[in-house]
Amino acid sequence: MGIMRSNRRMKIGGGFILLICTAALAAPWLAPFPFDLQDTHAILQGPSSEHWMGTDRLGRDLLSRLLYGARMSLSVGIFTAAFAVLFGTVYGAVSGYIGGKTDNLLMRFVDLVYSLPDLLLIILITVTIGRGVLGILLALSLVSWVTVARIIRGEVLKLREFSYVEAARAVGASHRRILFLHILPNTLGVLIVTLTFRIPAAILAESTLSFIGLGIAPPFASWGSMANEGWTAMKFYPHLILFPSLFLFLTIVAFNVLGDGLRDILDPGRRFA
Amino acid sequence: MTRFIIHRLAWGIPVLWLVATTTFILMHIVPGGPFDQEKLLPPEIRANIDAKYHLDKPLLSQYVFYLQNLVHGDLGPSYKYIGRDVTDIIKETFPVSLQLGLSAVLISVLIGVGAGIAAASRARSWVDHTGMFLATAGISIPSFVLGTLLIMIFSFKLRLFPAALWEGWRYGILPAITLALLPAAYIARLTRSSMLEVLHQDFIRTARAKGFGEGYVLFNHALKNSVTPVISFLGPLTATLVTGSFVVEFIFSIPGMGRYFITAVTNRDYPLIMGVTLVYALVIVLANIGVDMMYSWIDPRMRVKKRA
Repeated sequence: MGIMRSNRRMKIGGGFILLICTAALAAPWLAPFPFDLQDTHAILQGPSSEHWMGTDRLGRDLLSRLLYGARMSLSVGIFTAAFAVLFGTVYGAVSGYIGGKTDNLLMRFVDLVYSLPDLLLIILITVTIGRGVLGILLALSLVSWVTVARIIRGEVLKLREFSYVEAARAVGASHRRILFLHILPNTLGVLIVTLTFRIPAAILAESTLSFIGLGIAPPFASWGSMANEGWTAMKFYPHLILFPSLFLFLTIVAFNVLGDGLRDILDPGRRFA
Repeated sequence: MTRFIIHRLAWGIPVLWLVATTTFILMHIVPGGPFDQEKLLPPEIRANIDAKYHLDKPLLSQYVFYLQNLVHGDLGPSYKYIGRDVTDIIKETFPVSLQLGLSAVLISVLIGVGAGIAAASRARSWVDHTGMFLATAGISIPSFVLGTLLIMIFSFKLRLFPAALWEGWRYGILPAITLALLPAAYIARLTRSSMLEVLHQDFIRTARAKGFGEGYVLFNHALKNSVTPVISFLGPLTATLVTGSFVVEFIFSIPGMGRYFITAVTNRDYPLIMGVTLVYALVIVLANIGVDMMYSWIDPRMRVKKRA
């Protein structure tokens, strides 16, 4: 019963993600208009049969812009999550495997970063390194790996006491071999689940940042920065903010639902929904 | 207990010094300053400005000067709000953010713990499924999306609450709900899982066998034992809500510290950025002390550990 339910969740969540990723990749073919085509005869129109989601203040087709914006939002999420998982895994694994004073020191640093509010930290980092797309990516990545490091360290602490690790050590395997060949492959389930949850978290952070005007800036556009554009005209042209918001919400829900489903199967110990 | 608090407060001082120093260094290695952006200033005027803000002195003496003032509670003048001190701006705006943040903490704990208990006590029923469905939606909705929806529904359509500004309790309701929903959803999931674990333990069966009512068992036996993860979450949460309300303050045009922080970042008003960051660090230190105190209040085992 549990497996079936999580299977259904995975199908729904995963299906939607597949759909939106395909749409983002196929944006040049799917989009009814070029994303930067300004039609001065169709400014700020509501949804119609020609422009399914209306047009913005420059007469650009909103659906086309949303499809292209998906590329930015999704790639920021995926890139950040990939960095977080790669770096966080190595950091956490090394810390947990070595243990002792080194572990203590490495984890103090993680605790410090962890205790600071993410958004505050991201903004402070972008103040120093600049606010381009690269700056945003870097800032998001620098903040998000600590969660992964904590989880993986916990797993490694548990796994390194297992007897097969002792056996590997007894036959003379090197530390690196033990860590990367015997211990880390056993954290794969947890890793996949963590990756799935890091992506929506990154998309959320990026969109929030872009919405308050401290994130992705023109000429680039993400769903968050498009919502920001729609914000000022919200009372009279609600479609400009509602459609980007809807895309964002559905995508983040899909990732979270998929993550819940995956966790029930791959990491039942940590399940909490 | 008093000794514990004093000890922890004393530890907060080096933390604050570290934060002050780090932000000072970060803000000064950035190329360009707030006076570089617009058209080039005549060199004499530029020299005057630099002298006024001590920018012509060596970095080290600027740092010493900054720390000296800091000890006296003076965070320096703002670069962009001419004639205003950062301390004054913070004094004026922090109470607003604090009020908003704390009401959001209260709302999220009440809703979150309540929903979590309801879901756990009727596990796998429709209450549980609906609650957890809503919780998943709740952790997925960006606060600016929620804020927009609330404004559209309750301000524009129903005209129940004002959409912006800060002039009385009615102005605080929509922002507080916007801020509280995401943590409420998270707390609901946390409480439910923790409750479910506790409800399977022997002492719960014993309590039921003794004939206590279900409500009594839930609140007096189960809740107390399952609330620890929620409390650990409360420290970072309070810090995040009191400090991280800049999105909500932006949406609802609330004159809080967060909105000034955003403008300070876009204007590169370094003294203001550093000042606000310091206040945030102070909030985080205090929130963590508060959480540690709650631990020992809820869980007697922690008290013993601390004495040892």
